[in-house]
Amino acid sequence: MAFLYIPILVIVIFSFKNSKYGVDFQIAQPLFKWYGSLFENDQILNAAENTLIVGVISTFISTILGSLLGYGLHRYKFPGSRLFAWLMYIPVVTPDIVMAISLLLMYAALRNFLPIFEPSLFTMIIAHITFQISFVAIVVRSRLAGLDNALEEAARDLYADAWQAIRFIVLPLATPGILAGALLAFTLSIDDFVISYFTSGPTSGTLPIWIYTTVKRGITPDINALSTIIVLLTMIAVAASNLLQRNAKD
Amino acid sequence: MIAKTNKPRAKKVTASNTVGGEVLNPIQVLARAALTAGPGVIWITVFLVIPSFILLAFSFLTRDDLGGVTRPFTPDNYVRFAGWDILGFDPVYLEILGRTVLVSLVTTLFCVLLAYPVAFFIAAHGPKGRNTWLTLVIVSSWTNLVIRTYAWMIVFSPGTPVTELARVVGLVKAGDGLYPSDFAVYWGMVNTYLPFMVLPLYTAVERVDWSLLEAAQDLYASKIQAFVQVLLPQTLPGLVAAIILTAIPALGMYVVPDLLGGAKVSLIGNSIAQQFGTSRDWPFGAAISFLVMGLTLLVLYLYARRAGEEGMRDLL
Repeated sequence: MAFLYIPILVIVIFSFKNSKYGVDFQIAQPLFKWYGSLFENDQILNAAENTLIVGVISTFISTILGSLLGYGLHRYKFPGSRLFAWLMYIPVVTPDIVMAISLLLMYAALRNFLPIFEPSLFTMIIAHITFQISFVAIVVRSRLAGLDNALEEAARDLYADAWQAIRFIVLPLATPGILAGALLAFTLSIDDFVISYFTSGPTSGTLPIWIYTTVKRGITPDINALSTIIVLLTMIAVAASNLLQRNAKD
Repeated sequence: MIAKTNKPRAKKVTASNTVGGEVLNPIQVLARAALTAGPGVIWITVFLVIPSFILLAFSFLTRDDLGGVTRPFTPDNYVRFAGWDILGFDPVYLEILGRTVLVSLVTTLFCVLLAYPVAFFIAAHGPKGRNTWLTLVIVSSWTNLVIRTYAWMIVFSPGTPVTELARVVGLVKAGDGLYPSDFAVYWGMVNTYLPFMVLPLYTAVERVDWSLLEAAQDLYASKIQAFVQVLLPQTLPGLVAAIILTAIPALGMYVVPDLLGGAKVSLIGNSIAQQFGTSRDWPFGAAISFLVMGLTLLVLYLYARRAGEEGMRDLL
C-alpha cells in the first residue's frame, strides 16, 4: 500500500519546496507560492479550461447514451445484442494507444471531406465519449441486472404504461448506477492522457498533456502543485462515488 | 481452467418477448431496442468498429515521400515488422515485440505476487476496514498515470535518498540516477498495474468459502497445499480476469517506458507513437497497432467463451 502512495506523497511534499530546481528540500516561502503561480500561467488555465469542457460535455453525452445502451442490452434481445455486449469490453481491455491510433487515422481519412475533423476539442470529445459509453453501459447494466424485474411488472399490473414504469420504477432504481457511471466517465476523461494526446489539436491540450510535455523538459514544483490539486479532486470523486454506492445498498 | 463457480441460473422468463410483464411481438422488441440501445450501438459502430477497419486498411498502404500515405496495397508493413527490410533481415521489431511481451509478463508476475497478500489482507478486515482499504486502492488506480509516473522520476533522480542507497550498494555510479533504466520501467509498470490486479483478485477472495480451508487444515494440509488446492482454484476466475487487465494493457503501455526508460528502453507502445511522431510512417504504425489490437481481441474472445457473462463482469 505504501508502494502505491509513495508517488502521491512525494508530489504533495515537493509541491511545497522552495527552490525551483534540484532535489534539496526547503519549505517554500510563502508556503503556497507554487499554487499561486498556477493561476498566473495562461497555458495552465487554458489547459484546465479544455480539460473541464471536454470532461463535462463528454460525460453528459456518454452518460445518456451509455445508460440507454445499458438498459437496452439488459432488457431486449435483438440481432447483434450479444456481439455488442461483448464489444463494450474492448475499451476496458485494449491498450489506449491502439484506440487512439485508430481514431486518429479515421479523423485523417474523414478530414478529406469534413474539415470539422481537424484535431480539436471536438475530436477529443468524440474520442472520450467512445470509451466512456462502454464504462457507463457496463456499470448501468450490472446495476439493472441486480434489480428485481417483478417491481416493473407489478407497476404494469397496476396499469402503469411502459413509459410510466420506466419513469417511476426503473429510472429511480437505476439512478445510483447511472451516477456512479457518470462519475467514472468524468474521472476517466480528466485523467486520460494517451487518447487525448493523439486526438487533440495544438490549442486543445488538456492538463495531463501539459504535465507530460512539461515534465519531459524538467520537473518543477509548479507541476507538483498542479498534480496535488488533481489528485485531491480525484480523491473527492472516488469518495463521492463510494458514498453513492453505499446509499444504493441501503 | 476457468471453473464456473456459480450455479447455472434459471432462464429468465422475461428475457425475449415478454418484457416488463407485457407481450411484445418481435417488431416491437426491435423498435424499443432501437430507441434505447440504438444511439449507443450506432456510436460504438461508427467510432470503435469502423476505425478498427480503417486501421487495418491503413496498415496495407505505403508511406509516400511527404510522410502521407499512398497506394498500392501491399503487405510490406507486416513483412517489415517480421524483420525483412530493403536492407535485408534485421529483426529489430521482433526484438521490441519480444521485449514488450517480457516486460508485460514480468510486470504481471510481480503484480500477482504482490496483489495476493494485499487482497487477503483487505478481506481479513471487517466491512468498514475493507471499505477503507478498497477506497485507498481505487484512489490510487484513478490517480493520473502521468502524475504517478513522473513522481518516480523525482524519487529516482540523482542525489535522492533512494538513489544514494542504490549508489552505496553499488547499483548505480555516483552522479547517476536510477532512471532512465530497465529497472525504473519495471518499477513504474508494476506500480501502475498493481491496483488493477488487486481489485478483481479481491472480489474473488471475498467470495471464497473459508470452511473449505478449515476442512483442508483439519485434514493436515500444509499451508502450501491449502493454498494450491483450496484457495487458488476458488480465486482462479478473479486471477484470470486480473491477469488480462494487467498483461494486455501493459503490452501497449507508452507513458511509463517513455518517461522512465528514456531513449534506452523501447517497447511496442513507443514504436507505435514514434511512427506517428518523428518517423511519420503511418501505415507501418497502423500495422503494429493492428497486431496489438488483434492479440487483444483474440484474448478477449477466448476469455469470453470460457468465462462467460460472469467472467466479463469481473473485468470491471
